[in-house]
Amino acid sequence: MTFARAISVRDVSLSIFAAGLALGVGALPSSADEPVKVSITLKDHKFSPAEPTAPAGQPIVLEVSNQDGTPAEFESKVFRVEKVIVGGGTVTINLRPLKPGRYRFFDDYHEATTEGFLVVQ
Amino acid sequence: MFGALIIVFREVIEAGLIVGIVMAVTQGVHGSRLVVAAGVAAGMVGASLVAAFAGVIANGLAGVGQEVFNASILLIAVVMLIWHNVWMASHGRELAADVKRVGEAVRTGSRSIVALGVVCAVAVMREGSEVALFMYGLVASGGSTAMELIAGSILGLLAGVGVTAVTYLGLVTIPPRRLFAVTTLLISFLAAGLAAQAVLFLQQAGVVTALEQTAWDTSGILSDTSLFGRVLHTLVGYSDQPSVLQVVVYVAVLAIILVLTKAFGPRRAPSPQARSAPAK
Repeated sequence: MTFARAISVRDVSLSIFAAGLALGVGALPSSADEPVKVSITLKDHKFSPAEPTAPAGQPIVLEVSNQDGTPAEFESKVFRVEKVIVGGGTVTINLRPLKPGRYRFFDDYHEATTEGFLVVQ
Repeated sequence: MFGALIIVFREVIEAGLIVGIVMAVTQGVHGSRLVVAAGVAAGMVGASLVAAFAGVIANGLAGVGQEVFNASILLIAVVMLIWHNVWMASHGRELAADVKRVGEAVRTGSRSIVALGVVCAVAVMREGSEVALFMYGLVASGGSTAMELIAGSILGLLAGVGVTAVTYLGLVTIPPRRLFAVTTLLISFLAAGLAAQAVLFLQQAGVVTALEQTAWDTSGILSDTSLFGRVLHTLVGYSDQPSVLQVVVYVAVLAIILVLTKAFGPRRAPSPQARSAPAK
């Protein structure tokens, strides 16, 4: 019962937000392996290139630039990524080293028409 | 139009279910409707703000602001849900079972209710911000089909409200005594599932890198983006390709809830004699 009384809602949310911030700051680049950068642009709800390639076994940084005026949500089940990109915005997504294969990604707001594959070889 | 309806509906299922569960949990407690309504309203305002500042949030914290933000608000919901269950274990059982003491439940229960109001706000804010961005995109792009897509989106939102209604009405048909056990279980699984989602965002951000391997892949059997998969995703945290760490955290949260409710709960169940003893 003291548990409930001792902690107020505000304390809990503040401390969690602080913890989140602390974790975020701790995440600043510390890579030993040089990651391979792969750039993709999104224009008229189409990925370009639609099938970018990347080497296997190396960390990859996907840089997705949305050149449309409207927001998109870059999503990939295989990478477990779900990230909003505002109109005109760019996001980077860090991927762990991958095995050769075709990895699907799409815009969650236009999944039927906007998809691409990262070809790892 | 149907496409827009499905996209929006998929986003709001989670919030719809959570609000429905919270309404059933707090049913009959004076002031709880106000708290839930305030939570939903605050969540909608928050969703608009998150959508408006999506670019700023995404670029924050060396590019992982969005993930850390999502993980943080999910963890707030997890803590609130755990707290509620522990509080209910220490006070709620007797109060819910004894109608004469409902007045007391109202006074002492207010804090726990506020925690659930926060859960509603967080659920609406997270899912709502994506809906707001999607609908903003429709409005901004204009075109002949825009109005039709917006109409579809609004129908999707209404369907989300329908989920809340069905969840609530379904739960309140359970007899009050059993409702307590059912909602405690629901909230435990909900908390574990949300914690696993938070882990996903932290792994996506590269903040947490341990145990990233995929534990299992059941996407061929039941995709977690399908409607039924989505419902299970919210209710029990179902994921078709979870990482090992997600599974570990999921089990850990369930264990923590079990241990805490045992530790803070009544030492032993009230005996039949105690129950039939005349009230003072």
